[in-house]
Order: sequence, then structure tokens, then C-alpha cells
Amino acid sequence: MKKSVYSICGMCTVRCPIRVETEDNKVTWIEGNQNLLGGALCAKGSAGPALVADKERPQQPLIRDGARGSGRWKEVSWPTAYDYITDKLQKIKSEYGPESVVLSSRGGPWQSMYKSFIHAFGSPNYTNHDNTCGRNTHHASLSINGVGRKGFVYDIKNANHLILFGRNMFSSLRIAENLQTLDMLDNGGKLTYVDVRQTITGLKSTRFLQVRPGTDYALALGMIHEIISREVYDAEFIERYVSGFDELREFVKQYTTAWAAKECGVREKAIKNFVSELKEDMPKVIFHPGWNLARYKDSFYASRAIHILNVLMGSIEQKGGLIIPKGPGDCGVKGIQNIDYSKPDIKRGDGVGWKYNHFDKGPGLAHLFFSAMESEDPYPIKAWIAMRHDPFCCMPDPRKQEKYFEKCDLLVSIDAHYSEFGWFSDVILPESTYLERDNAICVQKGPKPRFGRRQKALEPVNDTKPSWQIFKELADRLDMKDFFPFDTMEDYWKWQLEPTGFTLKDFEEKGFIPLSDKPVMYDPKELDGQFKTPSGKIEIISKKLSDAGLPSLKEYESPIRPPKGMFRLIVGRTAVHTHGHTINNPLLNELMPENSLWINVKAANKLGIKDGDLVEVASESESYAGTIPAHVVDYIHQEAVYMLHGFGREIPLQTRACHAGVSDQKLMENKLDDWDKAGGGINLAEVFVVVRPSIRNSARRVEL
Amino acid sequence: MNKYMIYLNGKRCIGCHGCEIHCKSNKNLPVGPQLCEINHSVMVKVRSVPKTEFAFRSCYHCEEPFCVPVCPTSAVVKREDGIVYIDQEKCIGCMACAGACPWTIPQLNPETKKAIKCDYCMDRVDAGLKPACVTKCTTHALKFVEMVEK
Repeated sequence: MKKSVYSICGMCTVRCPIRVETEDNKVTWIEGNQNLLGGALCAKGSAGPALVADKERPQQPLIRDGARGSGRWKEVSWPTAYDYITDKLQKIKSEYGPESVVLSSRGGPWQSMYKSFIHAFGSPNYTNHDNTCGRNTHHASLSINGVGRKGFVYDIKNANHLILFGRNMFSSLRIAENLQTLDMLDNGGKLTYVDVRQTITGLKSTRFLQVRPGTDYALALGMIHEIISREVYDAEFIERYVSGFDELREFVKQYTTAWAAKECGVREKAIKNFVSELKEDMPKVIFHPGWNLARYKDSFYASRAIHILNVLMGSIEQKGGLIIPKGPGDCGVKGIQNIDYSKPDIKRGDGVGWKYNHFDKGPGLAHLFFSAMESEDPYPIKAWIAMRHDPFCCMPDPRKQEKYFEKCDLLVSIDAHYSEFGWFSDVILPESTYLERDNAICVQKGPKPRFGRRQKALEPVNDTKPSWQIFKELADRLDMKDFFPFDTMEDYWKWQLEPTGFTLKDFEEKGFIPLSDKPVMYDPKELDGQFKTPSGKIEIISKKLSDAGLPSLKEYESPIRPPKGMFRLIVGRTAVHTHGHTINNPLLNELMPENSLWINVKAANKLGIKDGDLVEVASESESYAGTIPAHVVDYIHQEAVYMLHGFGREIPLQTRACHAGVSDQKLMENKLDDWDKAGGGINLAEVFVVVRPSIRNSARRVEL
Repeated sequence: MNKYMIYLNGKRCIGCHGCEIHCKSNKNLPVGPQLCEINHSVMVKVRSVPKTEFAFRSCYHCEEPFCVPVCPTSAVVKREDGIVYIDQEKCIGCMACAGACPWTIPQLNPETKKAIKCDYCMDRVDAGLKPACVTKCTTHALKFVEMVEK
């Protein structure tokens, strides 16, 4: 039977709206939702059906049948797997208390279910992957604007000038955002791109500033200096909504453009010209404050400086600027309901909220559970449930992580893919792929808010289950029967919509429920109450930071240069893979089966490396090394080498991905403790690696 | 004269290779054959910004295609609107078409053992739709152009 279903893509966590046609439970066509994206979809989106058909993903529950990581598994039924998990959980609960269990997920619009599960179980320890992604940006925004990084959306389409600090947006591919950026460029807008290498995004820029790795903060400070000294800022906006401007002016006096240019390795004139352009372009100027800024030791302060640049432009709630996302309430609609269990009144195992008071308590910081595992302070951590989160692929030094996780009595992976962590865990519960599962209705905030829904296009082709069902069935066995009192997702959707006055039928026309026809905007002169800081103003000086013994305006410290013979490792993304998730996808693997090492042509010449040669990349103490081809280019800084994240996987059942390429996180030896005490992110770019020509390039080869 | 062509707006192309997978996914092709491709030129500095040009190539649907007369089973057909396609029923997989093509565009589908090539997704075109690569182009850089004689 032929069907057409609107849904939400799940090949990466952008979650683009899609429409899927099926016949006899097979996908015959998949495209971006015509109503929102005009059909546009990326390579990954089109490779979704190949994921469903791929047999190299978990197809039934598996229980470990050998040592951890040995790769010996027993195929079991769902009830057997549930019993195994719940017996262990009950035992841990009675022996150590429910707080000994941690649940981590990727985050995103459906995390309330996972969070509720662990809260209902009795543990406050919900966490997510954001310590290796957006925490620094998030905390930077909170400290200045009083709202997190999702407290603004960017009206790029109508902007005159977009500035990106290492945000390689045409590789991370938020399709709607990319379309906006290209529309802006088509309309004569400017794009200033700052990075240590030229990327696909930088190709489209009108100004490219290649900086020395780790100097983003210096460049931002130099820009602020020039903007303030030439008075290229919105004085009225600052007067009305901002505190601490005088301190800022004093602070940046030392950071001249000449200084910044020298520190970053760019021309001073480029910074001055840039500020001249801003004068014409403001307030329609957007400094993107970064997405993944878990990079350098001062990334939190770099992100703060970028947020401050936006404040100086007075672009908040302006067309072509930063828009405060609107929700159902702004459209006169009541919001949806979600299951919600309040966090138990027990202090978190990662110290967030009592030891570290300047961090958002929501998901805490995943890497801080390791020291608790080791020291059993404040209490032992004995179980970790990873819901579509792969700690081994996200965080540095999986070998060291293994030692910590060995102290746990139960490790569970719930995922549609085999994850590196899953392979080491005790139980793998196979989640249905995004094309085979329903998820809860979610609110998609923005100038034109809407309700969105992922609806299954296919019945599961293997013995897999959607996450809501997995958690419901686990809860039933854990005497948490009230946790999810619905038998089907449809019942839950209906309950979610109850307060709103909408029904499921309202999704049918467009695949989402629009809450407003035109953008809802506040009066930019009436923004009082929008900044949730203690003073209600945008605070350049934050008391929360001072209370934590941290400066609000931190003196710049120059990044150290790599030791002789080493390079700073920079990792990033591509348009054809999603981190470690898609490396084994047959179609995407065909496009890019392994990563390569980008190296500057001068640095490569010194080492005798030619483009395409195999090179060996080794961690600082050389405990991990791998061999990949060199990509010798002009446009990468000489101190840096770059590689794509997600490769170097070691799961034998993923035959295409296993041992293909080099793993960046395995090169990050002993870097689990190298994190930003102010922003909370792990410093993923404070890593040096050894590079040398591979002996496998030999000109001669004998066969005997 | 050919009625259609696919045009790439290089200013909007981001070299994401989406078109290649849109094509393979729509035609249900296994690993191996690839009916369209995006090529990246080497970076060159243009007004102090390193730039790359992108090029799209599928099949040229030649006015006088060499692949058509060479086919021993008359499986390769040029339609009136110019689309050159391979009739999968008649194809015996001898690959004479690939040998005759100056660009070796026809490829062997290892699963069906038959020659395949870009046919502008003519089933979609006949249904009033556009080829898969154009419909789903990530940035709307590809256009399906209908040419009019003046």
C-alpha cells in the first residue's frame, strides 16, 4: 500500500522536516518538507533508507557474553533484556541508592522523557553530550543575557552581515539556516568567516580571516576595541539595556587592532575595514556566538566576547538580527503538555548545582561523573544508561573512560546504531531508526513557532522498539507504572495537544501545526523583562561568575605553540557524515570511507609529505596512532592539522567503518580532565599530535 | 533539440554531494554506480578569499548520442524530448554504450548486471515533477531548465 507521511529527519540532530513516501513498508521517496524547505534535503537525509536496510545495526537486544569490550554477545528477547537491566538497577538502588544511576542522552526536544525516567527512578543524574558541544556558548549567553544559547534565533536571511567564528555551517548543515545564508548572500549581504583553515563555509565568504589556532578571543577583543573607540555601537540600546559597559571600555583599551592583528596573524587593515563595514550594516549584523565551542581553554570567554559584539550592535529583536524565539504563548495558544517528574532533592553526582554553582543544573556536565566513579564522592556511581549518546566517541580518551566505567555494575546502550560505548556495555537495546519510530510532539520556537512531530513512516523491519516504549516497559518493571500512562504514542500525542485546542488532524496538511502566519516580533524598544539576569539587564559583569571566583572580563593569554614536531589537532564536520553515527552507512561510507589529515603545505614540505601520502598521526605519548592520507593545502594554519571527527571506529560488526581512518578522541590522551572551569566544556582543541610520513609509502613491494 | 538540461548555480552550491545520494537513493542503486557527480576545483584566491568552483555532471543527453546506435539490442533510446535512457528490459549488460560514450557515462549496476545512466528521472518528469537531484538539492542550487526555441 502506498503512503505519504510527514515526519522529522533523524540522520543528524538538526531534525529537518521531511516527507516520506512508502510502499509495502519500503521507502520509495524521501524529501525535505516542501512547506518549509522546498524539498531540500542533504546527502545524509537521502541515505536514511539505506540505514533502515542495513543489517549492520543492532537488530535485537544483546546481552554481553564475555568480558566488557570483547564483542561476545548473546541475542536475547526483550523481556530477558529488561529483566537483566531491572534486576541490576533494583540491586544498585537498594545497595547504593537510586542516585548511583546516571542517564545520558544526546539532548534535544525529546529529552524530557529520558530525564523524567531517571528522575522518577529517584536519581537527579540526567546528563547529555553538551559538555563536548555547546556548553561554553550556552553558559556564556546565560552569564550575559540571562538566557541560554537557544534564547536567540538568527534572522540571517534579512541580515546585512553575518560573522562566523569557526562555525562551519555549510558542513554542519542546518538546511533552513543554510538557505537563509545563501539568500542573504544573493541579496548582497556580507559574510565574514574566521577559522584556522578555509572550509566550505569560508568559500562563500566575502572576508576570510585565517587566524592562529586559539586566538578567536584576541580577534573578538580587537574588534570590540575598534568598535568602541570609533563609536560604532548602538549607544541608545546600551544605555537602556546594558550594565557594565564602562568596565568593558576600560578593559579593551589594551587590546588594539594592531595587537589583535599581530596575535591572530591577520592584517590590521582587515579588522579596521571590517568595522567600517559594520558601521553601514548595523543593526542588521549577526555575530554567531558559536555552536560547538568545546575547543580552547578560553572558548567560554571568546563566546562571551562574541555575545558582547552582538550587544554592541543593538541587533536584538531587530529584523536581520537576533530574534527572541516565540512560543505558543506569544500566539495566544496554550502550550503542549509533556510528562515531567521533578528532580529528586539529592545533590548531583557531577557537583553541578552545589560544588559548581555557575553552571546550568539541567544536564550538568557528563565528564564530571568520572571523578565521582573513582572517588565515590559524593557517592558511588554504579550504572550508566546511554540513550543515543556515545561517551566513547564524544569525549576524549575512551581508554581512560573504560577504566572508570569498569567501576559500574551496569552499562546500557540504547541506540539505533552500534556505538563504541555500546560495544563495551553490558546490554544493547536496539532502538528503531527514525523512519520506524514515533516521537513526542515538540514545540519549535522561533519568530513563527510551530508544533512538530516525528511520525513513523515504516513499521520496524527488525526486532527494535521506539525509545518511548523502551522506557515505558522498563518503568513498568521497576514499579514506576505511572511513568508513562499511555499505551500508544497516538494516545500520548492526543494528551499532549489537549490544552492547545488543536487535534492530530491539524498536522495533516503541512506536517506541522503553524501557530502564526507571520513573524511575531516584540517592540525592540520594550525589551524589559526579556533578559533573565539578576538585574534584568544584559550584564557584562556577572555576579554569578564573580561569586565563583571567575572574572567576567578575562585578560587574554596567548595560546602555547605546539611542541617541536607536533601540531595542534583541530577536528570538525562534513556535509556527508554525522559524527560517528553515519560512518558505516553504505551510501555515505561510499562517499567518504575514511578521514584524512589536512596539513599546511609548508609544514608538509618540512616533513617530506606530499598530498595523498599516507601519514602516521600519533597521540602525545604515542599510545595511540593511526595512518591516513595527507591532504596538503595552502589554507590551513601551519600550527594546526585538521581531521574529521567520528572515524577510527573499532566495532567489527560495522565492517565498512571498522578501523577506517583515525579517531580524534583516541588521540586526545589524558584530556578528559582538560576542561573549561568557567564554561564547562571540554577543551577538545587543546591537543597536540605527532605527524610523520608513514613507512607504508614504500616505493617497493615484493610478493613472495 | 533537447528540451531539458540541469543547470548548477555555483554561487549557491556548497559541494555537499547531496545530489549524488538523492539520485542513488531514488534509483535504489547499490554501492558502485553513481549517475551524477559534483566536482570541486582546487582552491584559488579571489580577492583574498580562497575559492573553489563546483561543477555538476550527469549525462549530456547528446543531440547525436554514440551510445544509441551502438547498442545491439536497441535498449538505448533517445526520446523526442531529448532524454536518452536505457530500457532495462532490453539491456543485456554488454556495456557497448559505455565504450561508445566519450565520457564513459553508462555504468554497470552490479546487482542487475545491466547498464544504467541518468535519465533525468523521466518517470518523475513525465509525472510533472523534477529529477531527484534537483528536487532535493540541499541549497536549491540545481535547476531543471526547460529550453524553448526562439
